[in-house]
Formats: sequence, structure tokens, C-alpha cells
Amino acid sequence: MDYFIELFFSGLTRGSIYALIALGYTMVYGIIGLINFAHGEIYMIGAFTALIVSTVLSIFGLPLPAIIILTLLASAIWSASYGYTVEKIAYQPLRNAPRLSPLISAIGMSMFLQNYVLLAQTSDFLPFPALIPDFAFMEPYASTIGSSDLVILVTTAVVMLLLTWLIKFTRTGKAMRATAQDRKMAMLVGINVDNVISITFIIGSALAAIGGLLIAAHIGQINFYIGFVAGIKAFTAAVLGGIGSIPGAVLGSFILGLTEAFATGYVSSDYEDVFAFSLLVLILIFRPSGLLGKATIEKV
Amino acid sequence: MKMHHKLLTMIAAAALTAGMAAGAMAADTIKIGVAGAHSGDLASYGLPTVKAAELVVKEINEGGGINGAKLELLVEDDVCKPEVATNTATKLVSEGVNVVIGHICSGATKAALPIYRDAGVIVMSPSATNPELTQSGDYPNFYRTIASDDAQARTEVDFATNVLKVKKIAVIHDKGDYGKGLAEFAKKFIEQDGKAEVVLFEGVTPGAVDYSAVVQKIKRSGAEAVIFGGYHPEASKIVTQMRKKRMKTLFISDDGVKDDTFIKVAGKNAEGVYATGPADVSSNPLTKKYRDKHQQAYGSEPGAFFDNAVAAALALTNALAKAGSTDQAAITAVLRSDDVATPFGNLHFDEKGDAIGVGFSMYQVKDGQYVQIQ
Repeated sequence: MDYFIELFFSGLTRGSIYALIALGYTMVYGIIGLINFAHGEIYMIGAFTALIVSTVLSIFGLPLPAIIILTLLASAIWSASYGYTVEKIAYQPLRNAPRLSPLISAIGMSMFLQNYVLLAQTSDFLPFPALIPDFAFMEPYASTIGSSDLVILVTTAVVMLLLTWLIKFTRTGKAMRATAQDRKMAMLVGINVDNVISITFIIGSALAAIGGLLIAAHIGQINFYIGFVAGIKAFTAAVLGGIGSIPGAVLGSFILGLTEAFATGYVSSDYEDVFAFSLLVLILIFRPSGLLGKATIEKV
Repeated sequence: MKMHHKLLTMIAAAALTAGMAAGAMAADTIKIGVAGAHSGDLASYGLPTVKAAELVVKEINEGGGINGAKLELLVEDDVCKPEVATNTATKLVSEGVNVVIGHICSGATKAALPIYRDAGVIVMSPSATNPELTQSGDYPNFYRTIASDDAQARTEVDFATNVLKVKKIAVIHDKGDYGKGLAEFAKKFIEQDGKAEVVLFEGVTPGAVDYSAVVQKIKRSGAEAVIFGGYHPEASKIVTQMRKKRMKTLFISDDGVKDDTFIKVAGKNAEGVYATGPADVSSNPLTKKYRDKHQQAYGSEPGAFFDNAVAAALALTNALAKAGSTDQAAITAVLRSDDVATPFGNLHFDEKGDAIGVGFSMYQVKDGQYVQIQ
């Protein structure tokens, strides 16, 4: 039973890591129906920014909580500006192009950002400082769940609730939903669609940066390539839960994380990806739009 | 097609006669072939061997040659490709080569060896590490001055069972050729020796965001030590998560982990980790001598396998001198019985062709540095 609980928490940690990235995918898809493949790279840039900022701040000898808050702010703002710029450069000019064009543009952007960081920084793995300390109250449970796992779990929950609130109960959220339902109609009733889309990218990218910081602090190392694998898994999770749906992304991430953890624990880690993707195929066969996704009819 | 076949037969026949002729006319010059990748993307593995051979041969010729005979180098490129290597070997044999230093890559070496074997030419590689080359017993004319791939696994297993005396070992790998290959050898050796038990054998996915599930599995298996086959990014993630879960399980790994980046990334969690790596030979006077000569002659630091190539050149020339002929049997006898001073210390070869004394050492991270364990 202990073993089951340990695996359960492993799965939860993995799931919430995926969820932090998947939320950005699903938001962008929900609003403009675009799979933003550069999202994984924004996450990676968030982690790099966090590394640089926290290193500089620790040279000035600031206390740890101040470092964490400033680093979080800096990397969220920096990544958000990347997300905003990427949208303006790579997606906005293609707003009325066939659906495949922005997809290709997204893949191109992803490659560009990867190689840009590779050239500007390094191809080596870099150590990431342990920004999340080991809490004393967690010590009795350290063998089951670590402090960084707990922080990631809590953050994911908070972020999901905040996002749901933003979309359901604020003016911006209302504009987002209107844009998602019918972009032309939204324009006709006076919504600045370009602004709404920009805000979506800014929020999604800031979330990716928070994810980048927390996950890098949990794993302890980063390089230019981390966005790719994490991005693919998070994208899978978003599709599993129903891409475009925010609770769906979180649910899908947890299901994916738990499946991988239990497959590793009870079968073999050689097959964790086999189990994860078989599950995806199965769910898509029976629910083609994902667990919580709405079946949409093609708009004319 | 038929034409092609005929041509091959002719070349083979020519090769055979040439090989026999070479045995007879040994007196005036001794021809040493140097075969390997000298162009293409793997040239950096092959060229240092050419330079090592040039330096050793120059030194011997300046000292009057071997038993009055001057040494001549025949350098041939095989681009590390098996299909080119057979041509290279045929060409060297037809030019009457006496011994060959090379080839560099295991695949190319394996393709070329039957041609040399049939011609009675002794081959010594500074870098081909595939275990089959010596262990299969198919190539009695083959020697090497580098440890084979499984030697590393052997070192890890011996250290775990004899020095650390652990009874339960988890073998983990990264599913790659290198890591999984090593892990499979380690598993085989542990099971053969019967001194310990493999309680877990699993592959992890490189680049995954979290390894806590597999770490829980290691904990549950009751393993006292983990033998990991793979590279440092995965190793540091696994070690870090083990220590975060307050596990004291020993961690033993390979030269993919014996890298300073591992210590930099894993930080304090790297302390106490064991890793195998090539023995440090930089303090050996012969190593210094030839590295200095390289610096003088070419104005740069020597590249990959240079020390191994110097060892091969010294071992072969020593055997030629002591045997007093270029006869295969005579050279073989000297190689097996006679110790020769090389950058790796005094070497001779076992009956399969592996150098005794060239191997891996165990290192441990102490205070942020790899320290060799005596």
C-alpha cells in the first residue's frame, strides 16, 4: 500500500509538471485554434531567464524568498514578452491563412528559438539552483513526497483556479470566450480581437515561465532542449483532456502522469511511453475531442 | 555480376601471394600499415594514430631501424566504413605489408580482419572496443591496446561485489546503445559470478521530467547499489531524486558519467558517487615523452587514442625486433610473453589479443572532484 501511495505521488508530481505547460497550449488553442509548438521553447526560455536572474540576484546576497519572487516576476515578464513577440511575428500575419500555415510557422519558431538559445547560451547542461528549499515540516514525508513536488502541486492547483476565474468572471475572460466562439462576430460587437489574442499569449507564456522555474528547480538542470520533450508530453496531455478546455488540460496531465508512474512501478519503465500513448489512442477512439473537450462543428 | 566476382577472386589471389611473399623478403625494409579514418567526419579519431606511428617509426629509423631494416609506413584511409575497409586491407596486403596498426572503428576492423588473417598479417588496433573482436576467437591475428566495451562493466561489477561487497544490485540504463550495452554486460557478469543478485533491470527514458517512479522502484527492490549505464544528465537526475527521497543507495556508473559536468549539475548529491574511467596515464614518463614529441612536431596537443596508438606502435616494433623476423608465429610469441614499456605501463597480450594492464579504474566523487580509488 505504501508503494502504491508513493507511486501515486510520483504520478501527481509528473502530472502537475505537465499541467503547468499544458495550460498554455490549451489556452491558445481555445482562443485561436492554433497549436503553438513554440510553447515548449517559451518554457525553456523561462527556465534560462530564471537561472540568469537568480544567479545575478544571489551575487547581490538577497534573501531566498526575495530571490524567488523577483526571479519569478522577471522570468514571467521576459517570457511573456517573447510570447507576445512570437505571436506578432509568426502568427498574426497568418491570421487568415489556411490552418496549416500557422502550424508550420509555429514549428519553425520552435526550431528557431531552440537554436537561438543553443548559440546564445550553450549546448551543455547547466546546474539550476535549488530555489525551493527543503521545508522542515515535510521531513517526515520526504521519502514519499518532496518539498518541490508539493510546491509544484499547489502552484498547479492555484494557477488552474485563477485561470478558471479569469475566464469565467472577468471582462477579459468574457472577451476571450467571445473571440473563441466567433472571431468575426466578436469584432462586430467591438472587441479588439488582436488585443485579446495578445493577452492570451502573454498569460500562457507567463504560465510557461512559472512552470520553467519550478520544474528546473525540481530537476536541478536545464539545457536548450528541455522544452521539446516536456512540450510534447504536455501537448499530449492537453489533447487527452480535450484541447481548448482548461480543467481538461489539468485532468489530462494528471491521467498521463499517473499512467506513466504506475506503468513504471508495476510493469517497467521501459514501457512508460507505450502505456501513455496507448492510453491516448484509446481515449481518442472513444472520445475524439478528448475527455472534457466539446465536439465542435466546423464554422462557416 | 560474374565479372565482378572474377575480379574479387583475382584480387584475393593477388593478396594471398603478396602476403606470402612479404613473409619471405623481410630483410631490407619492414612495412607497417596504418589504416583507419583519415578523412570524413570521424577523421579526428584516426589521424592521431597516424601521427603516433610516424613519431615512433621516425625515432626507430633514426636509431638504425630494426635489426638493420628500415621501417616504412603505408598509410591507408578506410573512412571508418566496413565496405571501404576491405579495399584498404586488400591494398595493404597487396603492397606487402608486414604488420598493421589499425583499424580505428570496430565495424571497419571486423570487415578487414579476415583479409589480414588469410594473408598472415598481424593487426593491432588502438581503438576498436567491440568485445567480439577478441572474444570470438575468429581472429588469432588481432590485438588491441584499448580495453573492450565489457571491461568497464567488469570493473563496475568487480568493484561492487568485491570491494563494496553488496549483495543486491539494481541495474538501470538509458535505453541507448552505449548505456544499455554496458548494463547488459553488467547484468551478465553479476549473474555469472553469483556473488550478488540483480534485483532490478530497467531502462529509463532520457529527457523525462521526473524519475521519481523508477527511484521508488529501486527503493522497493531493496537494492544496496545501483549500476547505471548511460550519460550524466540522467545520472544526475536519478541520484538527486534518490537523495531527495533520503535513500543512501550507492551509485556506480561509467565513463559517460565520469565528467565534471555531472559534479557541477548534481552538486552535493554527487558526493560519494562511483564512476569508472580510463586510468590516468599522464604521469607515465613515456606518455609525457610522446605527447611532448607531438607538441614539437605538430605544434598541438595529440588527439583521441594517441596514447593507445603509441602503445600499439611500440608493442609491434618491439615484437618485430625481438622476433627477428616478420613471421606471424614468431611475432605472436613475443607479443604474448614479452612485456613492453608503453604509456600504459608494461604490457603484454593474452591469448585472445587483449592487452593485459590496459583497463579502467574506479573513481569516486570526493569534495567536488573525481578521485581515483587505488
